Amino acid sequence: MTISNLKQSRSDSVKPKINWSRLEEADNFAKTVKLFRQGKYDADSFRRFRLQHGAYGTRMTGDYAMVRIKIPAGEIYPNQLEKISQLSEQFSIGSAHFSTRENIQLHWVVLEDVSEIFRGLTEVGLTSREACGNTIRNVMCSPLSGVCPDEKFDSTPYALATARFFLRNPMVQNLPRKFKFNFTCCEKHGMVRMVDVGLIPQIREVDGTSQRGFKVFLGGGLGNKSFVGYQLEEFTPEEDLVYTSMAVLRIFDRLGDRKNMARNRMRYLVNDMGWEKFQNLVLKERAIVRATQSVITKLEVDHTPNEIKRPIRISDESGESAPEGYARWLKTNTVKQKQSGYSSIFITLEAGDITANQLNALADLIRDFSAEGKGRFGFVQNVALRYVYDDDLPRLYSKLLEVGLAKSGALTMTAPIGCSGTTSCNLALTNSHRLSKEIQRKLLELKFDEDDDLCDSSIKISGCPNSCGQHGIATIGFFGGGGRLGKDMYANYQMSLGGRSDGDTMLGQTCLRVPAKRVIPVILKIIELFKQNKKSNDTLQSWIHRVVNNNEDSEIKSISDIKKVLEPLVVPPTKEADPDFYLDYGNDTSYHTKTGKGECAA
Amino acid sequence: MCCLTESGKVTTDVDSLRSDIRDKSVRVIDARREEDYKQDHISTAVNLPLANLLSDDSPERILKLFNSIGIDNETSVVVYDDTFGALASRVAWTLEYIGHSDVSLLETTYSNWKSLGLENDSNVPEIQSKDHSMNLQPNILATSDYLESAKERDDVILIDNRERLNFLEQHIPGAISLPYRTLASQDKILRPKEDMKRLFENRGVTGNSEIITYCGSVGTLSGLAYYALKSVGLSNTKLYVRSFKEWKNLQKPTAKQEDATYWDLSAE
Ligand code: SF4
Repeated sequence: MTISNLKQSRSDSVKPKINWSRLEEADNFAKTVKLFRQGKYDADSFRRFRLQHGAYGTRMTGDYAMVRIKIPAGEIYPNQLEKISQLSEQFSIGSAHFSTRENIQLHWVVLEDVSEIFRGLTEVGLTSREACGNTIRNVMCSPLSGVCPDEKFDSTPYALATARFFLRNPMVQNLPRKFKFNFTCCEKHGMVRMVDVGLIPQIREVDGTSQRGFKVFLGGGLGNKSFVGYQLEEFTPEEDLVYTSMAVLRIFDRLGDRKNMARNRMRYLVNDMGWEKFQNLVLKERAIVRATQSVITKLEVDHTPNEIKRPIRISDESGESAPEGYARWLKTNTVKQKQSGYSSIFITLEAGDITANQLNALADLIRDFSAEGKGRFGFVQNVALRYVYDDDLPRLYSKLLEVGLAKSGALTMTAPIGCSGTTSCNLALTNSHRLSKEIQRKLLELKFDEDDDLCDSSIKISGCPNSCGQHGIATIGFFGGGGRLGKDMYANYQMSLGGRSDGDTMLGQTCLRVPAKRVIPVILKIIELFKQNKKSNDTLQSWIHRVVNNNEDSEIKSISDIKKVLEPLVVPPTKEADPDFYLDYGNDTSYHTKTGKGECAA
Repeated sequence: MCCLTESGKVTTDVDSLRSDIRDKSVRVIDARREEDYKQDHISTAVNLPLANLLSDDSPERILKLFNSIGIDNETSVVVYDDTFGALASRVAWTLEYIGHSDVSLLETTYSNWKSLGLENDSNVPEIQSKDHSMNLQPNILATSDYLESAKERDDVILIDNRERLNFLEQHIPGAISLPYRTLASQDKILRPKEDMKRLFENRGVTGNSEIITYCGSVGTLSGLAYYALKSVGLSNTKLYVRSFKEWKNLQKPTAKQEDATYWDLSAE
């Protein structure tokens, strides 16, 4: 038993600049829950209200909720991590869960306690408002924005300004469906073509002066059906950012499908209408928005630079030799920044899980090692510390080891994504969450994180055909379903190959169904095939890319060739021969599919 | 000095305790382990490790134990520990059970007391044995038999104070989950009164009901909850002192959260 909840916040921390919270929303939520329980608030309206405030239902029960806390642009401060740690122990299960969209989630919260979490969050300026529901979800930004060697400028202030402009904005409170913005640093590190609005910073020269702007991509998205976004125009100047966003939202609000749940994301509208027509509509609408502002509308972009201040060294331990595993960690978890002498380091969490104690430890590490005094959430259920002095890296690594956050391979294929799956999601068919942990453990045991051929590939797993685990853009992607032999059911995944989210964005192509307990052997087999057939400077990603595009000339020429090799591995044994096959990971009773009403627990 | 009054004030603040110590008007009990006590403790405190008390908690023996640390019916007692008040609560509750009403909890933990630089030393005080009368208070105790029938009543609320994961895995049917962590604030073992009140009200825990608290094994976490309830005037409360451990040993019915592998969400 620790007394972490009695821990005093240190005073030397960098404090959040923006307060996203509103205390009155906590009171209002508590009051509404009471009315709902007394039968004075109908179930449908309550559900909408609850989602608007960032609280989901939980698998098979109405008594618990999941609270999704937004971390706009992924910027998180030490005192916020400590508060979340405390709240997780008080009202959740003593751990928190990082999502793929820079949210942090508290699961298994008693519905009546949700307002207490809101209240706690107001103390550190955070909110879960509009983290769910048909509105603008958390505005994401690349964890490397501001430090990426390839970026034109730092898009973080624009991401924050956009989040601020739209949060609680009446125009987005009842969209046909959820709506997502992703800002990035460069082509390579972003996910801009797989989202409703994706933005990459650009600079153009006009009459000898340089002008800031963005490449704007519209109508992409992952889901039961996935689409790749289109670029709106050559260059969108920064002052047009807000008008463009508003124009797109107004069109979506007006024309988006409000009836058919399965087809009401904006990408379907774009697809049904055809890109050119949609594009014209946006450009026209933007002119109208610009011309008819009721008040002068612009983003409040805060350009005050971050204070970069080297943390005071508590003790000087230089000269000590770096602990075991340091070189491996350095190679697979850190990137050099454009600011010389600094690195950004990534912490990978098994399927996004972090304990209350680790959250506190993370807060201390940020204070002790990050010269910007804050952390950045990443796209793959991970978190980065930036502005770490290169010569502090060995010391940081030892500290990470002490608190169990030094797992290597953060920037490689050995850090898979798994959505929450049957651990809490109502729609889940399989335990994608646990499977992702099992894969990570196996691949790290085999030291695959050190293999340069594998580092630009990815593994991503969703627990059902929805895409919260982003399987569609994975080199090797999986989504869950049920398989059956006679009357016996087992967890079964559809595997796709060759997805990617960079400049060559494409969706993975369906390969074959793989039973949960065969996923690891199948991954290993694919790697083996690659090793046998690769060209000298191939990576797994480039090889699979050629195979799925039928440009490969070795014996494996197409997806169906891969399928042929894998087929013997996926044949289900009888229950008598292998009872374990019929249990999903993390489960000790026979597999059966059981789902509740979806609220799209992305 | 404050004591248990009808308004339910159950903790003693740091300043009051310091002045009571100066006035020699209080008996301070340290409920931590003997090794910890020996290192240093609040000045004038006597050591009563919870384990010692629990080794035989028959009323007769307990009475002797309290006599031996100089407590009679008139003694004003303050108890503290370094385990967010859970051990201290169990000691205080035991005192109440044998009929002693003037007992309260130090509002904070020993670590915090020490970090504030307040009086502590390693002196073991000389204690004169005293004579307390026995006046058992069965109304604050729940036995398994009592609980089994009471929990069927509409006007009884059963509270489980273990961590949420333990609760999801297994609990006494009909219980509500209120992890002990919920009861503390940043630097106090119990939340401020208004905060605590709101928390209970949200959960439907109000004065119209009889409340029974339980935890894992010996009634420490649920002891803290007993005092949390009392602090907001909910004094119609009983402690199921043998808690879930006994319940399971007696093979009484239990319930769990079905159809979810939630334990996977806790990072090991
Ligand atoms: S709805 Fe999303 S979170 Fe739930 S199982 Fe499907 S992909 Fe995973």
